[in-house]
Amino acid sequence: MKNQLTCIECPAGCAISVTIENGKVVKVEGNKCAKGEAYAITEIENPVRILTSTVLTKDMPLKMVPVKTSAPIPKGRMFEAMEEVKRVRVSGPLKVGETIIPDIAGTGVALVATRELTKS
Amino acid sequence: MVERDLVIVGGGPAGMAAAVSAYENGVKDILLLERDQHLGGILNQCIHPGFGIDYFNEILTGPEYADRFIKKTESIPQIDVSLQSFAVHLENDKTLTYIKPGKLEIVRPKTIIMATGCRERTREMIHIPGTRPSGVFPAGLAQKLINIEGLLPGKDAVIVGSGDIGLIMARRFLLEGARVKAVIEIQKETRGLKRNVVQCVEDFGTPLYYGHKVSDIYGKDRVEKIRVVKVDENFADVPGSEFEIECDTVLISVGLIPENELIEMAGVAVDKSTNSPVSEELNKTSIPGLFVCGNSYKVYDIVDSVSRDSVIAGRLAAEYLKGLK
Repeated sequence: MKNQLTCIECPAGCAISVTIENGKVVKVEGNKCAKGEAYAITEIENPVRILTSTVLTKDMPLKMVPVKTSAPIPKGRMFEAMEEVKRVRVSGPLKVGETIIPDIAGTGVALVATRELTKS
Repeated sequence: MVERDLVIVGGGPAGMAAAVSAYENGVKDILLLERDQHLGGILNQCIHPGFGIDYFNEILTGPEYADRFIKKTESIPQIDVSLQSFAVHLENDKTLTYIKPGKLEIVRPKTIIMATGCRERTREMIHIPGTRPSGVFPAGLAQKLINIEGLLPGKDAVIVGSGDIGLIMARRFLLEGARVKAVIEIQKETRGLKRNVVQCVEDFGTPLYYGHKVSDIYGKDRVEKIRVVKVDENFADVPGSEFEIECDTVLISVGLIPENELIEMAGVAVDKSTNSPVSEELNKTSIPGLFVCGNSYKVYDIVDSVSRDSVIAGRLAAEYLKGLK
């Protein structure tokens, strides 16, 4: 079976053709770099995405702090992860990359701050 | 009146890259004006990943990309950052007036770089007929409401135009628990990046109608529904193809326009079709020593290109100053 994908690794958006046998990728064509091949295999066998959102702060000058998962998480877990994102509050200073939730939605991946949060 | 070697208007990615580059090329007296309370510009609300692949060779979110330049800018004492400073007037001789809380300041720079970014095209500019209820937002404004202010502006949204901001807001609305009924694009293909169609629209099964336009917006106080019609190759309505979508929110994502009112005020020639300065060479304008960079020079697809070209603006300003001595 052949599948057509658009690579999302970079703005080029290469059109990739993937040959699949028994749920496994056996051939990747059309990609212009190694990232494209890796993307195509993951996208067919276990699609993942980086989740980004915002977390409400308490007693801080910025009302919202932007966050991301430190690694891509399974596509099917995005909404489950969002439930945790909506519940959490941060009240102290944060550095870029600092962990807010160590293991989001049982994925083993951390939710981290993407903007510095200071008291002043 | 204060004299300065270099004044830069705008503390977003373009202004910061130009400031750092000007310093590295020998300029030691730089005033950087930013109207917001923070540096970073529009990147602060662009919380999604995809920035920096070209410039930093890693995938960053907007705030992370901004943070790199904020840290660099703040580490250079010769760059005097003035926040909450809004430029209101520019003279032909580069004399600039700006306001900050409680003050009106006039500065005369030897050279000036305008890094004022761009603004969104509106519903009015694409002439969508209908009533004028609340609930019609430029997509970037909705992005600011959600990501900076923490407010969700609607529950059932339709996106007009498939520009990148609209596609990204389609995903953002869904993740926040709202519904996205459709994305309507008059062209036969997306105006945004293909990867955003994949990860913001197709991932969630959101209907994307190419070759369609919104022909009417209904609602008294709040948007109640829209009417959609298919268009032919000449963008004329296809009779009988109309259908309606119930929604309370319409996001408009139909492109960006360089913000260049200040340089026009100073007498710089501005192209009326693009709103970019008329320019013989990158970042240069019809007034020597007055440079424009980033999205106010032309609307770029990715911030990495803004940074690269703004570095050149910083160098050009430094060279101009050397030429004066």
